Amino acid sequence: MSILVGKNTRLIVQGITGREGEFHTKQMIDYGTKVVGGVTPGKGGEWAAGVPVFDSCKEAVEATGANTSIIFVPARFAPDAIFEATDAGIELIVCITEGVPVLDMIRVRAYLDNKRVRLIGPNCPGLISPGEAKVGIISGHITTPGGIGIVARSGTLTYEVIYALTNRGMGQSTCVGIGGDPINGTSFIDVLTMFEDDPLTDQVVLIGEIGGSDEERAAEFIAARMSKPVTAFIAGRTAPAGKRMGHAGAIIEGGAGTAAGKIAALEAVGVRVAKHPEEIPDLCAYAVR
Amino acid sequence: MKLHEYQSKQLFAKYSIPVPRGEVATVPEDARRIARDLGRRVVVKAQVLVGGRGKAGGVKLANNPDDAEKVAGQILGMDLKGLIVRKVLVDEAADIQNEIYLGIVIDRVPRRAVMMASAAGGMDIEEVARTAPARIIRVAIDPFLGLREYQTRQIAYAIGLPRELVKDFNTIAQGLYRCFVDVDASLAEINPLVVTGEGKLQAVDGKILIDDNALFRHPDLAALRDVDEEAPSETEARQRGLSYIKLDGEIGCMVNGAGLAMATMDMTQLFGGSPANFLDIGGGAQADKVAAALRIILADSNVKAVLINIFGGITRCDEVARGIVAALEEVKTSVPMVVRLVGTNEEEGRHILAAAKMETARTLAEAAQKAVALVKGEAAVVQLPPVAIKPLIARRKPVDRKPAIKKPAAKKAKLIVKKPALKSKARK
Repeated sequence: MSILVGKNTRLIVQGITGREGEFHTKQMIDYGTKVVGGVTPGKGGEWAAGVPVFDSCKEAVEATGANTSIIFVPARFAPDAIFEATDAGIELIVCITEGVPVLDMIRVRAYLDNKRVRLIGPNCPGLISPGEAKVGIISGHITTPGGIGIVARSGTLTYEVIYALTNRGMGQSTCVGIGGDPINGTSFIDVLTMFEDDPLTDQVVLIGEIGGSDEERAAEFIAARMSKPVTAFIAGRTAPAGKRMGHAGAIIEGGAGTAAGKIAALEAVGVRVAKHPEEIPDLCAYAVR
Repeated sequence: MKLHEYQSKQLFAKYSIPVPRGEVATVPEDARRIARDLGRRVVVKAQVLVGGRGKAGGVKLANNPDDAEKVAGQILGMDLKGLIVRKVLVDEAADIQNEIYLGIVIDRVPRRAVMMASAAGGMDIEEVARTAPARIIRVAIDPFLGLREYQTRQIAYAIGLPRELVKDFNTIAQGLYRCFVDVDASLAEINPLVVTGEGKLQAVDGKILIDDNALFRHPDLAALRDVDEEAPSETEARQRGLSYIKLDGEIGCMVNGAGLAMATMDMTQLFGGSPANFLDIGGGAQADKVAAALRIILADSNVKAVLINIFGGITRCDEVARGIVAALEEVKTSVPMVVRLVGTNEEEGRHILAAAKMETARTLAEAAQKAVALVKGEAAVVQLPPVAIKPLIARRKPVDRKPAIKKPAAKKAKLIVKKPALKSKARK
């Protein structure tokens, strides 16, 4: 069992004929994900990475029964790709693309909020349910199946944590990268809700960073509704105020969004916060005992 | 990307927002000419991208052209919070009766652009937000409906604007929102918006931040970037597609991925060092990009050791290793380095580095401790501190109490949870 992606996932890849799109499609197929097709306007009828390419999402969904889409198109085309997948009836959209303008994301979210669709990302590594399916770019070989659910705002930092857990033989149910942008499709709370309801997730690791207040709101939610143990790590203790630390969302504004504030909020509700990523397995091991 | 005050006000003027007449001068003589042309009292304002210019002595009044030349001479060339003033704006001085704050920001929580206004203009709005949050009026703007007139009227009444100015205020607020959307701003503010002695509204100071991610559709605005205002190393990094921010510490950091880069910086501090920079080489960096990153780090004379942490995914460790070796051939340096490579092609990468006799590490903690030891000139003795485990607090409720807390919570979840989760709940 897992959340969001698994054996029932039927995936199409938007931007499948691009360099990244094609490479990662092959990786996802090798991992065992059911990739049923791809979409690149103007290249319908061709094949890429061993699957058929369609001109539009609508055609792809009609022909393959796809329920999930992953987006690898450049930032300027990404909002359109999200709207297209939504209107084609896709239920889960994962947008890997980095650099989508924030005003575009405001429109995307306002539109999606009235639809039966979930968006993960943008600017994210996607997600993986070890042993079942991966929809994204997280290397399958660093993961191992198990009961720890991971939700994170950053990519490589997540890999670091997965790797540390796997090295200790601690498996994961699903690892979800929600992305580093200020406005994205899915929040910590959304994913925590799903982990809480997932019978095979027995504890959760939350990896946050400076900027915004998503971690603080997650802390309130944990206090009110989570029965499963949560371990956390917050990146950016040494980040200066007012500077955007790579991710568009990672910025301390007007004294808000600091690592110290987030850590305090989480610790206040009983979440153990690791001092560094490699400490997370120790804290997780303690939590299940 | 930040725009200068004069650039912001030029944009405002295009959107029917009244701004004072004025021009930019780079030498004192120009300030004299501008003041003479304006023919009245002027204000000479340093154009640097930092806040608090007035308090730092970068804004001065001048009663006549002679005065204007004199104060421009004082301001031009001065060091304002680490930036040299190269331009001044010479504006006609406003007859200020009242000061208002009006701005638009992106608010992450409602996921909307939000218009903010306050009768406490002229002050730092963040200060007002801290000390008197009730004095700030906030209105969220629907992206499809835009800013409606009833909303701007609501703001005008709430800040106690005289009735005869409400119509002009509406024009200004609408102009500000159109400007915000058209230039893909993440912040646009008029502070202060003043009520003049003649009973008019005028945008005396302005600030616009443009979303860097949207610059691809605004080449004209991208060209306005003032490279004098950033550290040369930050300019070079940006042109190379690297994300680099200079800090004050001693350990240069090179990492792939923003989150991991921050975690690596934090790690140096945890073990008693301090990071010299944030540097994300991004995904899939090739050897030349790695070499450029290393050159940028080593150009900082504070750097006493370099910590390279690469978690290979799209990025290949052997490419990174080749880049490091190439950079070291070019930049002869005695600065010691610690390299940690994990992931795609890590073995090949380690072989390349072993040939170059570089210090390597297996874990992030080990790498950070070695870097800190190198700064102190010690041989690295790696010893991980014992993991401090805090006792569980009462929140971890025993399983049998679960239903009791779950029932009311399910109702609450309906408000937050999106459809797929809702569906599964309904089935239960």
